[in-house]
Amino acid sequence: MSDEAAIRRVLAEHGKLPGGASDLAPDADLYQAGLTSHASVNVMLALEDEFDIEFPDEMLKKATFASISAIDAAVQQINGES
Amino acid sequence: MQVGVDLAAVDDVRNSIEVFGSRYLDRIFTEHEREVCDGPIDRMAARLAARFAAKEATIKVLRPVAAQPNWRCMEVRTNKAGWSELVLTGVAQEMAASAHLSDFSLSMSHDHGTATAVVMAVKEGPR
Repeated sequence: MSDEAAIRRVLAEHGKLPGGASDLAPDADLYQAGLTSHASVNVMLALEDEFDIEFPDEMLKKATFASISAIDAAVQQINGES
Repeated sequence: MQVGVDLAAVDDVRNSIEVFGSRYLDRIFTEHEREVCDGPIDRMAARLAARFAAKEATIKVLRPVAAQPNWRCMEVRTNKAGWSELVLTGVAQEMAASAHLSDFSLSMSHDHGTATAVVMAVKEGPR
């Protein structure tokens, strides 16, 4: 399973996006798609479980979770640094 | 003055506690906030939801451009009389100082499944 597919699954389960996550373009704005600040917390925690990572404080900003592509890049960065 | 307001659904907070447990609580809330809000799950979720709203409202006052303060460095301190005030530390404190923001004021409430908070701060110097 690619990272993007796993990210979409996490978003579907925890993102509370009104239109779901399956049809979103990789660079679609998740906040425009309905991701709230609190839901992004759940998405963050679920991503940490999914990829066995921990988001450092400096990455806990809106831009990190702004799109599927942004999340994927963040996960890759954390994995590359660990 | 700069002002921020936020709403939080109590059910969302309760769900996060049930699903992620201490990982969620430790990431978002300080030990003091958890102690003050401790109790039956419904009451705890409502009080924590108000505090989450307070943190998000504070972020709106701080208006971060790049770095964003983590939730724990925006603490809601509650005294024995029941009044709460906002205490900023770390990145949040640095942001406030850089933006010449001071005298933060906070008010929170919760009812019928929704919590809300409003935060105001005095901005000194030229706009």
